[in-house]
Amino acid sequence: MPDSSPARIFIKGNEAIALGALNAGLKCYFGYPITPQNEIPEYLSKELVDRGGQFVQAESELAAASMLLGATAAGVRAMTSSSSPGISLKQEAISYMAGSELPAVIVNMARGGPGLGDIGPSQGDYFQAVKGGGHGDYKLLVLAPGTCQEAYDLTIKAFDLAFKYRNPVMILGDAILGQMKESVSPWEPAQPDPDEGASWRLTGAKGRKHRILRSLLLEEGVLAAHNRHLQQKYKEMAQEILIELFEVDDADLVVVGYGSIGRIAKSAVRKLRKEGLKVGLARPVTLFPFPAQALRDLAVQGKRFLTIEQNLGQMVEDVRLSIRGVADSDQFSVYPGDLPSPEEFEDPIRNSLGG
Amino acid sequence: MYQEELVFGHPASMTDHYMHYCPGCHHGVAHRILAELLDEMGLADQAIAVSSIGCSVFLYDYYKVDCVEAPHGRAPAAATGVKRARPDNFVFTYQGDGDLASIGMAEIMHCANRGERVSTVFVNNTVYGMTGGQMAPTTMLGQKTTTCPGGRCQEREGSPIRMTELLSQLGGVAYAARVAVNNVKNVKKAKEAMRKAFQAQLEDRGFGFVEILAACPTNWKMTPIEANERIASELIPYFPLGVFKDVSQEEAC
Ligand SMILES: Cc1ncc(C[n+]2csc(CCOP(=O)(O)OP(=O)(O)O)c2C)c(N)n1
Ligand code: SF4
Repeated sequence: MPDSSPARIFIKGNEAIALGALNAGLKCYFGYPITPQNEIPEYLSKELVDRGGQFVQAESELAAASMLLGATAAGVRAMTSSSSPGISLKQEAISYMAGSELPAVIVNMARGGPGLGDIGPSQGDYFQAVKGGGHGDYKLLVLAPGTCQEAYDLTIKAFDLAFKYRNPVMILGDAILGQMKESVSPWEPAQPDPDEGASWRLTGAKGRKHRILRSLLLEEGVLAAHNRHLQQKYKEMAQEILIELFEVDDADLVVVGYGSIGRIAKSAVRKLRKEGLKVGLARPVTLFPFPAQALRDLAVQGKRFLTIEQNLGQMVEDVRLSIRGVADSDQFSVYPGDLPSPEEFEDPIRNSLGG
Repeated sequence: MYQEELVFGHPASMTDHYMHYCPGCHHGVAHRILAELLDEMGLADQAIAVSSIGCSVFLYDYYKVDCVEAPHGRAPAAATGVKRARPDNFVFTYQGDGDLASIGMAEIMHCANRGERVSTVFVNNTVYGMTGGQMAPTTMLGQKTTTCPGGRCQEREGSPIRMTELLSQLGGVAYAARVAVNNVKNVKKAKEAMRKAFQAQLEDRGFGFVEILAACPTNWKMTPIEANERIASELIPYFPLGVFKDVSQEEAC
């Protein structure tokens, strides 16, 4: 964040994302209504158009995601947003965009599932965000904000990362973050380089060889080579890892949680610290790449782990993989459909600490 | 004495890539017409093609034109995204009947209804060519395919969908026509229809659509000549040729 501190405004997480996208140089937005993310398209339907951008309410999430594919193939900063059932539909084009290496930004303000579930908070989409979600072996960069300010900051970062890696980026929030109002300092990022994507974007073949952006690679050996290239790229993303560590230095137990749950867990950790319990918090901010080494370093120091998430045990698999051979992690689930509170985390933390 | 005059050459906008289409396949004819128009209208270096999933998926190999590949049926949505991002480019989709009239029905209807400034070439060969000749939404009643081996039956599978008629009802459509390429006369008409559909985009009038009744001799299990004859005897009576909507004509009236 630059030094000049801009005026603070009081906005919802959804609005912070929309504003972040605008200030990051968003040119095209495609979406389909679904709660709890509607403030994003509603905000952009005016503000983006006022700034000369394109807003399309698509006929479905399938279409919105393919519109995003088209706009990013043209090399402009473009975004879609949705919530869990809509993201399931977008997975079709997300897989194509990953295969075709297109710099799309996809926002998922997750809600409870399975099926239509509810419109309350949930982290049940961790797997579909982090493990690919659609068909084939691919990864998205996945950013998990915990506050409205972070939602703003990470949205700007999402566009930069998308172009840096030519890869789709997902912002994974939830109903709490989307609907919560907080004060945000909407700093102005540098405007994107007009030449970003100049080596691959589609602009018409005038004065150069024509370009093809595709994921169909039938010629012998070509798909395998492409997959090798993609895997190499995913490895290089490790340099983007972000994690918040809180009171871990002398902790015996590290609570691992992301997004809204990570933030609520922090309140619980803070309270228990006051009672003298040696607990800390690790809050992954990038879910892919996952901060495996940071957790492993803590494990090597002899710490125990408790993963808290609002699902039936998804991120805990990555925590366990990160510390395998050294330590293990307990797991506590807040059920999607319940509203989490810091108090209900206290007993599980005490139990893991005592165990 | 005689003078040699070259009257037929390789369109400049086409590559030298060998064509993978079967003998007698009308995709090749449609490609040729498209290439001639790209040349004549000076569009090749500003065009962005959106290819679909079907036998024409390799479209990008044949044109010296920027191209992005869309998921099955979603080409009109992808084209919407391209055109919104680059309004100064000429954007077109090229889609088969399984792609456009089945899995992509929603995308084509809404792209047309929004009046996106894009053009769609729709190749209706009454089957899913690429996957081996299964029934399409355009398969004729009684026509045998690998998934309606007894012939398409109206009670079970519904009737063939007439896309051009449907689309011509939508407000955003500036031009909609159905053509065939089964003889020279029809090829010439097809080219003029495609030119008009492209002009609708270039003149910012709305969405342009041309349906081409096309032969798939391989999956029809016919010779190319029999396939051409089938277009005249069976398809055209059900899928009438003609211009179903032309906003420039309506304005002229
Ligand atoms: C989501 C999805 N479903 C199914 C397929 C398999 N598939 C490939 S091409 C095709 C049909 C193409 O038929 P059509 O659009 O009529 O084009 P043609 O091959 O006849 O030119 C299908 C079903 C696919 N690629 N993707
Ligand atoms: S299968 Fe049919 S549509 Fe496909 S290339 Fe052969 S003739 Fe053409």
